[in-house]
Amino acid sequence: MSISKTHAGFGNWLQSRWQTVVSGIPFFWLLLFFLAPFFIVLKISLAESIIASPPFTRLLDWSGGGLPTLKVSIDNFAYMWEDSLYVRTYLSSLKIAFVSTVLCLLIGYPMAYAIVKAEGTTRYILLLLIILPFWTSFLLRVYAWMGLLADQGTLNSFLIWIGVIEKPIRLLYSQFAVYVGIVYTYLPFMILPLYANMEKLDISLQEAAADLGAKPVAGFFTVTLPLTLPGIIAGSLLVFIPATGEFVIPDLLGGGNVLMIGRVLYSEFNANHDWPVASAVAIALVIVLVVPMMLYHKVQAAEALRES
Amino acid sequence: MKAGRSRFLLGMLCFGFAFLYVPIILMMIYSFNYSKLVPVWGGFSTRWYSELFQSEEVWNATMLSLKIALLNATFATMLGTLAGIALARIHKFRGRTLFTGMISAPLVMPEVITGLSLLLLFITLNQTIGWPAERGITTITIAHITFSMAFVAIIIQSRLAGTGQDLEEAALDLGAKPFRVLWDITLPQLAPGMVAGWLLAFTLSLDDLVIASFVSGPGATTLPMLIYSRIRLGLRPDINALATIIILAVTISVLIAGWIMLRQQRQMQQREI
Repeated sequence: MSISKTHAGFGNWLQSRWQTVVSGIPFFWLLLFFLAPFFIVLKISLAESIIASPPFTRLLDWSGGGLPTLKVSIDNFAYMWEDSLYVRTYLSSLKIAFVSTVLCLLIGYPMAYAIVKAEGTTRYILLLLIILPFWTSFLLRVYAWMGLLADQGTLNSFLIWIGVIEKPIRLLYSQFAVYVGIVYTYLPFMILPLYANMEKLDISLQEAAADLGAKPVAGFFTVTLPLTLPGIIAGSLLVFIPATGEFVIPDLLGGGNVLMIGRVLYSEFNANHDWPVASAVAIALVIVLVVPMMLYHKVQAAEALRES
Repeated sequence: MKAGRSRFLLGMLCFGFAFLYVPIILMMIYSFNYSKLVPVWGGFSTRWYSELFQSEEVWNATMLSLKIALLNATFATMLGTLAGIALARIHKFRGRTLFTGMISAPLVMPEVITGLSLLLLFITLNQTIGWPAERGITTITIAHITFSMAFVAIIIQSRLAGTGQDLEEAALDLGAKPFRVLWDITLPQLAPGMVAGWLLAFTLSLDDLVIASFVSGPGATTLPMLIYSRIRLGLRPDINALATIIILAVTISVLIAGWIMLRQQRQMQQREI
């Protein structure tokens, strides 16, 4: 009797409060495991490095008794700003990410366009072939390029065999290898949003432009390109933002020769054990990426609104 | 002009697919190489496969990765489905803007940042409340749930946006209570999206190296961590064999899933006709 009563009570509560329950549970999870960690990183970035466990000073110093004194240090940020290595690394990461994004767009755009133009089962199979690498291990796909680019690797052997070069050239552990790796792994992230955008497009608009006498090139730049802009923006951001902070690709394909911020952050934390500086590097990276991230969020929200 | 354009498109398509697939195929071929020097062909052999199957280290890492992937996929699907419903069906609640931001941010957030910030959270929690006592399977799973639930939420949201609210509104008009409508009408419609989300969360977890490296502790080595520690120093024939097995397993599952979906789509089209 009492059980059924509680049950009914719970049922009523659920009926009236279901919205709070449904949004509240994931909300709480994200606050705890996504937002809170950022504030901890921010806090540590404002502390000083000491040799202790944990290896940083406390922001609130209670040792004086009574009210704690707040000790905030921006030394880590000043240190990063003054050390030209960090500034150069950020600039180099942004440049590599930007050039890779443009290359992905140049290769991905015609591919997405060709897939949309295909019909029925062919289109479905082509799409599956784009999605397939997305499901297979990222790490192993980067590793595959190590075999291709090594001094004794397939590409060098091939070039020697056809007589273009006489002895192996340095391909692995270079900037070139990092570009190849990023374009290779992020290409599906460019093609899929472009495809999703083009699929909804009215191809007849282009035909109308052609009927009205627009030259193909002019038709492309005045009709097709503006219409596919949302897809271009979404795809470019999906490549650019994670590529800027990439760690695995510069580490495995660039060796020590390519400066990228993700790798600096990783070694600052894991090799140098300098938590405050690693945190400052992370905060600075978030600041650099916050504008493109908000832009991506806007594009996502606009897309969701259009669908509903 | 038109022929020229379609030739260009066909050329780009061939180039693009060659770019995507030739490296993987070459890696698979070299996994059957007898020579210990990966790029030098020393005759056909399956010795690296048999070495792989005898390695306890590889077996343990695989089991740990599968365990984490299963736990992660299940919890991420539950949380992500709730989040997706909240995004698509609840238009006003406190902190909605913050919530949508926290859902879309993990999709693009560089992994080093997610990994570092979660590790610092776990360390802080350990010092203040004593939990988690040690880092390993629990901390990796929590980290994976946090980023993969965002992917599930996006899938669920777009599915709900695609299907109308007619059925739900009809049920409400007929006097069904809101939670019952959610349970009996909205959720069953979401089943295919939840399956897709579960599979995606499963692979995202199996694939992750960077975040796991940050939040793992001594004694917990996932498969990507093991592979990474071996290939950092150069090419390894046994990793070629391992890669071949993993890629073939994933490819076969994706092709089967794709074939089932294609068949369903055709049946639906036929019914419409």
